[in-house]
Amino acid sequence: MVSGTVEGERYFDRVVTALVMFSVIWAVLGMTVGVYIAAELIWPTLDFGLPWLSFGRLRPLHTNAVIFGFGVSALMGTAFYSVQRTSHVPLYAPRLAWFCCYAWQFTLLLGGLSLLAGWNTSKEYAELEWPFDIAITVIWVCFAIVFFGTIARRRIKPIYVSNWFYGGMIIVIAMIHIVNSLAIPVTISKSYSLFAGAQDAIVQWWYGHNAVGFLLTGGFLGMMYYFLPKQADRPIWSYRLSIVAFWAFTYSYIWAGPHHLHYSSIPDWVQSLAVAMSLILLAPSWATMINGIMTVSGASQKLRTDPALKFIVLSLAFYGLATFEGPMLAIKSVNVISHYTDWTIGHVHSGALGWNALITFGTFYFLVPRLVGTVLYSVRLANIHFWMALAGTMLYILAMWGAGVSQGLLWLSLDEIGELSFSFKDIMASMPPYYALRFVAGLVFLLGAVLMTYNLYMTIRGRRTIHVRPPAVTSHQV
Amino acid sequence: MNGVGLHKKLEENAGLLIFGILFVSTIGGLVQVLPSLFQESLKTPTGTTRPYSAVELAGRDIYIREGCSVCHSQQIRPLLAEVKRYGPYSRAGESVYDRPFLWGSKRTGPDLHRVGGKYSDIWHRLHLINPRDVVPNSIMPAYPWLAERDANAGNDIHLKMIALRKLGHPYSDEQIEAAPAALEGLTDIDALIGYLQILGTWTKPEDTP
Repeated sequence: MVSGTVEGERYFDRVVTALVMFSVIWAVLGMTVGVYIAAELIWPTLDFGLPWLSFGRLRPLHTNAVIFGFGVSALMGTAFYSVQRTSHVPLYAPRLAWFCCYAWQFTLLLGGLSLLAGWNTSKEYAELEWPFDIAITVIWVCFAIVFFGTIARRRIKPIYVSNWFYGGMIIVIAMIHIVNSLAIPVTISKSYSLFAGAQDAIVQWWYGHNAVGFLLTGGFLGMMYYFLPKQADRPIWSYRLSIVAFWAFTYSYIWAGPHHLHYSSIPDWVQSLAVAMSLILLAPSWATMINGIMTVSGASQKLRTDPALKFIVLSLAFYGLATFEGPMLAIKSVNVISHYTDWTIGHVHSGALGWNALITFGTFYFLVPRLVGTVLYSVRLANIHFWMALAGTMLYILAMWGAGVSQGLLWLSLDEIGELSFSFKDIMASMPPYYALRFVAGLVFLLGAVLMTYNLYMTIRGRRTIHVRPPAVTSHQV
Repeated sequence: MNGVGLHKKLEENAGLLIFGILFVSTIGGLVQVLPSLFQESLKTPTGTTRPYSAVELAGRDIYIREGCSVCHSQQIRPLLAEVKRYGPYSRAGESVYDRPFLWGSKRTGPDLHRVGGKYSDIWHRLHLINPRDVVPNSIMPAYPWLAERDANAGNDIHLKMIALRKLGHPYSDEQIEAAPAALEGLTDIDALIGYLQILGTWTKPEDTP
């Protein structure tokens, strides 16, 4: 026996397989709801007069299912997978990891039903009422214990960069979730925010923007930093760049939230600071993208044959697009046009579909066959999925750019005597073509995800998660 | 010691790394968010702004329950076109009793901050039950169930007011005691219309510079 390993020791990967499967289920469910509400914006009677099919109740279900169901399940699963391999030890407290997995799914399932019932705080991406907020906090602390506990007993001295990002996500999400959810409960289904009016707005967007920042950006960058080098079979291009970008990102993201509140009645200095910090944010965002792209550049021949790598590289391109568009939208003179319009929805989806979903799909195509010790059922289906995902994302963004820029310009348009050129109704009446295109785009993207579900199911069918032993380490030095 | 050497310490000590992340990510909130929580002008009511009556509060919570803020903002920006379309721009002092704030982030439908008094009660009733009866091309959902549900079905209006009083909303004992009776015989749609009709009416146009 080599020093540093324990007889019979192996990674706990079954919980990873479970989380990946839950994530896929939430993806299909959440995107289906998304496509449905996109259809409701074209055919408003699709809710059949039923409260729980109403747009206002399904929309938070859509966002919660994709962000917290699809996104967090994927992040939790990949964090558990990669933290073991970058630490060369099995998970700390694997039973607690199982608790995190099932308690999260159970909380979201009940939470989703509660949203349909109209339990809704109305705070974006924090719609779940106080009982769920408490459950989320407990599970998140358990997640932190498993993650940092594993790092604490690692057999490799340096903590790998993917773990900084996953760790940053765990810490910052805990902080912003707890503060933004502070409320006085009235009944089981109703609470009142501790903050009111303009102050509540500032706290909410400090949360809302950094949920995007540290979960949808930071968390998924953790995924990128582990799975991209693995798939490209090359080390990260610049270690120094990853350090600089990580700390700059963690420092500057927090300030950008109030750009969601431009020209509102919050103080001007808060808005101005948010503009400046949003522009600065472009640097660490692109530094990380460049680091990822350069890592692949020496292995570009693999792009022809490996669909998983294709997904991840494309996701980095959309990450670059979204993190360029974000700071631009944060400039007040651009925001004047984009705010309140479908441009925002387009921006969110270039990140959510193009970046988050694509990198997760790529990671799953890589991860699932390895978890069960086989090869992907069909590379051809994965390639078809790739083109559907790309087409769906592009059409979605184009539709929303068209809708959003039209809305923004037409709302502000004044005629030669200084009166409004168009009524709200007239502008709204010009939207159906854009909304129809968005519906088709979403449907194509969803069908691609269904294809992946089938492909992964056929890969995993009848198989069990294989046992992998930590490598025998003779030295702790690098 | 160069930067990478310094970083070696951070990335070889989990405790230091956690502390570093916490420290770096907190600065922004401390400088930007925390002072706003102590800024008196953001907590001081403007003009005739007052806590919502029992009916208006019930209506507001229905507005929240049905997710109206997903498609309707309540924040008019100080832009010429916007002021012409919706009325005087919104001011912080008008939302001091808004828990949570309902400024929204998207206008699939128009802004509602100054919708109060613009349409009659009967227009709102027809519009909520089936928007296309009064606005032919509207894509707003219909809310027929609002006309059927008792506005105080949860029997919790006084509890809500007690909770808000704990947070500093100046409700008197009499107001709280009278709250259930105020909702007697009203349906959700009545309460919601009561809320919509006072929206933005607390600041008169002449108060705005």
